[in-house]
Amino acid sequence: MARYTGYKRPKNTRKALAELFKYMGYHKWLLLVVAVLVCISTGASVAGTYLLKPVINNYILPGDVHGLILALAGMGLMYLCGALSTLGYNRLMVKTSQKVVGDIRRDLFVHVQTLPLKYFDANTHGELMSRFTNDVDTVQEALNNSFTMVIQSSLTLAGTVVMLLVLSVRMALIVIVFLILMFLFIKWNGKRSRQYYDLQQAELAGINGFVEEMAAGQKVEKIFNHEEEDMKIFREKNEKLRRASTSALAYSGMMVPSIVSLSYANYAVSACVGGMYAIAGLMDLGSLAAYLVYVRQSAMPLNQFTQQVNFILSALAGAERIFEMMHEEPEIDEGTVTLVPARLDQAGHLEESREYTGTFAWKSVEGALTLLRGDVRFENVVFGYVPGKTVLSGISLYAKPGQKIAFVGSTGAGKTTITNLINRFYEIQGGRILYDGIDIREIRKADLRRSLAMVIQDTHLFTGTIMDNIRYGRLDATDEEVVEAAKLANADSFIRRLPNGYQTMLYSDGSNLSQGQRQLLAIARAAVAHPPVLILDEATSSIDTRTERLIEKGMDAIMEGRTVFVIAHRLSTVRNSQAIMVLEHGQILERGSHEGLLAQKGRYYQLYTGMYELD
Amino acid sequence: MIRRIFSYSGQYRKYLIFAALCITAESIFELLIPLIMADIVDIGVANGDRVYIFQQGGWMLVCAAAALLLGIGSARFAAIGGQGLGANLREAEYAKFQKFSFANTDHFQLSSLVTRMTSDITNIQNSISGGMRPACRGPVMLVAATAVAFSINARLAVVFLVALPVLGVTLWMIITKVRPLYAKLQGAIDLVNRIVQENLTAIRVVKAYVRGEYEISKFGEVNTNLQTQSERAFKLATTNMAAMQFVMYATIISILWFGGEMIRVGTMQVGELTGFLSYVLQILNSLMMISNIFLMLTRSLASCKRILEIMDEEIDIREDEAEDIRVTRGEIDFCHVSFKYRGDAEENVLTDISLHIGAGQTVGIVGQTGSAKSTLVQLIPRLYDITEGELLIDGVPVKKYPLDHLRDAIAMVLQKNTLFSGTLRENLLWGDKNATPEEIEEACRIAGADEFIGRLEKGYDTEMGQGGVNVSGGQKQRICIARAVLKKPKVLILDDSTSAVDTATEARIREMLAEKLPDMTKIIIAQRISSVSHADQIIVLDDGRIKGIGTHEELLEHNEIYQEIYDSQKEGADL
Repeated sequence: MARYTGYKRPKNTRKALAELFKYMGYHKWLLLVVAVLVCISTGASVAGTYLLKPVINNYILPGDVHGLILALAGMGLMYLCGALSTLGYNRLMVKTSQKVVGDIRRDLFVHVQTLPLKYFDANTHGELMSRFTNDVDTVQEALNNSFTMVIQSSLTLAGTVVMLLVLSVRMALIVIVFLILMFLFIKWNGKRSRQYYDLQQAELAGINGFVEEMAAGQKVEKIFNHEEEDMKIFREKNEKLRRASTSALAYSGMMVPSIVSLSYANYAVSACVGGMYAIAGLMDLGSLAAYLVYVRQSAMPLNQFTQQVNFILSALAGAERIFEMMHEEPEIDEGTVTLVPARLDQAGHLEESREYTGTFAWKSVEGALTLLRGDVRFENVVFGYVPGKTVLSGISLYAKPGQKIAFVGSTGAGKTTITNLINRFYEIQGGRILYDGIDIREIRKADLRRSLAMVIQDTHLFTGTIMDNIRYGRLDATDEEVVEAAKLANADSFIRRLPNGYQTMLYSDGSNLSQGQRQLLAIARAAVAHPPVLILDEATSSIDTRTERLIEKGMDAIMEGRTVFVIAHRLSTVRNSQAIMVLEHGQILERGSHEGLLAQKGRYYQLYTGMYELD
Repeated sequence: MIRRIFSYSGQYRKYLIFAALCITAESIFELLIPLIMADIVDIGVANGDRVYIFQQGGWMLVCAAAALLLGIGSARFAAIGGQGLGANLREAEYAKFQKFSFANTDHFQLSSLVTRMTSDITNIQNSISGGMRPACRGPVMLVAATAVAFSINARLAVVFLVALPVLGVTLWMIITKVRPLYAKLQGAIDLVNRIVQENLTAIRVVKAYVRGEYEISKFGEVNTNLQTQSERAFKLATTNMAAMQFVMYATIISILWFGGEMIRVGTMQVGELTGFLSYVLQILNSLMMISNIFLMLTRSLASCKRILEIMDEEIDIREDEAEDIRVTRGEIDFCHVSFKYRGDAEENVLTDISLHIGAGQTVGIVGQTGSAKSTLVQLIPRLYDITEGELLIDGVPVKKYPLDHLRDAIAMVLQKNTLFSGTLRENLLWGDKNATPEEIEEACRIAGADEFIGRLEKGYDTEMGQGGVNVSGGQKQRICIARAVLKKPKVLILDDSTSAVDTATEARIREMLAEKLPDMTKIIIAQRISSVSHADQIIVLDDGRIKGIGTHEELLEHNEIYQEIYDSQKEGADL
């Protein structure tokens, strides 16, 4: 049955089709078999109707039992082939389309992994998600049914028209005129209903957004007794959607009955003209009867054909959006320097090691090794998320191995940006960043990021056990190492109190844990990774000062010997850093140690004494 | 289940009935056409009567026109009825959702709630719009054609008595087998969607830990699973078409065989046989339509079920015991209150909480992360219901208050502040929709929001954006406080809601609250000791238990936890 997915049109039909064909091309032999089977099945059904007349005239009327048996056996065989072909092509097509759709889905996912963060910033999750759901669904629907139905209905249509022409060329013209009329009507109708479908889509998106926002703010809604007001808004939106979708469906629902009626008019006109012809002796009765049967049959395949073409076109629109996403530029990664485990021999020479040693080295293509120490330098770095809007204007800073560097400043001052540049989430526009003396653009991205661990403010957990979530930091960590890391992050005690301890399942971004507990897990995740450089971006913002103090010892252990970048709103978190940078408007306003900065009586002093507010 | 869904049709029920009537009438007109047609050939052409032919042709056109009108009418009515039913369902779902407690919401999860209100409804609407026509036509055609076939030759029609049950059983078998497969398919889809969703939201983590390959292999697994599940379900569903063809073809051949025999014996005319055959095709076609409807219904049944699950969800916060009373003073008593989020959870989140808060008092609550401070205060406006003990306001159990009166009297500023899309003024009006501009300004002054609102380019008409993205954290907090103050509540709860405001501004807000709203009970959860040190009493929570109650000085002297918190902060004001 037709599923009304909305009549969307691709911008470049041929291109989308070509790309979809590329996917289908992997299964071209299967598809060929499907096409052949569809032909057999359609042929059997058309020929069956055609054979009725000779069977009656040649065998039943003369009473030729033997001949009838043979003829019916023949027909039976043909029908059997037809029905088996139907079974076969349906099954093969399902198999093929699932493979194609599975491939598309996988490739899309693989590609998403390579996209730069810029892309995720520019597109909402809902938009991206609908590539995987709505768009893939319409493609699948079209492949499952429309592909075979289009072949089938165009064959039937062609067959019927040919039969009509064979029977009477002149009368066939009437039918053809009517078929053209129907075609024009279908086109007009499609255009009209498409407008309403677009409107319906927009209203649907509106109500979607509203429900999402309200559901997210459910607590506030309840506290303010705002249910009634919101119900009013919802009702309004719901009514708008109802109107739009009623119009859309009224128009598209008109199509089938209209076509059927047109075909009856066609039938009536043909019958009258045919009757005249028969009276005039231009046509025998048998031919007239057969002719009228074909006239009756001609409308349905046309109707089916156009409907399926509509589905295919909206599927192509979906496919186009999918392929557009697949053609998005992936992150650039031109780096060649890799990260390898290494050890220092007795003479103090660095050599590559096969096993994990805890020591790492950067290895250039020529094989030269540089010890990974965690020395990070910014030289006149210029950066903006959007062209023309500079966030960092010529920042220079350095972090020596093992140092703890803190950034303090208002929201939008560029703190998080700095850390996002170190692991190349974004590309800088000017200056350079050196990591152990190597320009980070020369380091392979995967290796660069593997050398850094990052704890960000919005902690994201994955569906799975707590154990799995901590182990995300280093997949080959043993259970003991995971527990060890959890202890360092002071998460062990609350984990143990959960019903299943480390095996407790977390669902949909860990909503069954408090924000503070999630942050502890994120810290444990970074701890288990134990990388040479650690970035803590508001990693303890939801943890109270006392707990922060409790985990301080653990944190000190995690940070020991590592270069650490800390971003925090709370000054107690950054107090013991070797260097504190106060950022404002993308520039470093002050730099120094806690005591030094307090003595300066500048902005840091104002912040510390609560005389100035950070946003 | 289907009946229950249709019971929501309400004012649109009549349109659904009209649509069904139109379709039925339309199919009757369509049945008339071949009969008129037969007369053209048998009478008109046979007698050479041109006028008769044109007359009959005219009647056929009239029938076609009538069918057209009815067809268009049915499309319109079906659209109005189907979409109306959908709109009613959606509204009922939303209304039900508004009654949900958080436990109810958690049970469904947010994303699933949204799809249940959108795509599941769309599924049902499409089933109605697309399925109405074949569902009404099919039986009409089936009955009419069978009747005619029997009247032509009852003995030959016996073939149907074999064919129909065979078809019925096949269809039934396919549907019963395919239903669990569709359910499994839905599960497989959910798994894929979950991984995609997680990867989109956590893309920074995935990239930072270079886990692309790992995620791809995870996705590969669920993707293959989805592929197999959909292959299995759809393969079985498409068997339907082939089975139909088998039965149809077998019927044609047996009719030709038995009919041929009858003609040979002389009990049947050739014309009758051809007529019979065309009706047979008609019957089988309508059966095909009906079977397709069944298959389609099987898929939308899943959606029906998901919608009804929402309707059937038991609301756990109810007003059964409510009496018509209001909070007048704002005195709060906890008597041995214990609480856990789910009945089957092993450990209490709050255990044996007893405390008294006098009307107009200022109370501070401190404690470490996870000590259940927020949970404690959320019990007061009944965002959650207590598990054990008694919670009294003005000496009356909270359950006795109607929920809207209770929540009107208690204002709360949450730790996770939410502003909604709309202007600043619209957001403030949440507190009191009839507030005058003077009242709004006064509330903003109390909350210390007036100074930055004055600096905003559009002032109170500044667009907030979804979630309040257009203002900074500290500003958002002050707007939320103003919004709560506008309610003129008896109890004001501030759950860590000045954390992003500097100490000087915070102190000013505190003074304003004490000065302008002296009778209001104030409960303040804070991480900074400085935020609560002035309070009439301070409650120290640890691990869901009260570990101390007293003034700042008392606690500082006797309470170890409080001392520790104080020590961790005393080296300077922290932000």
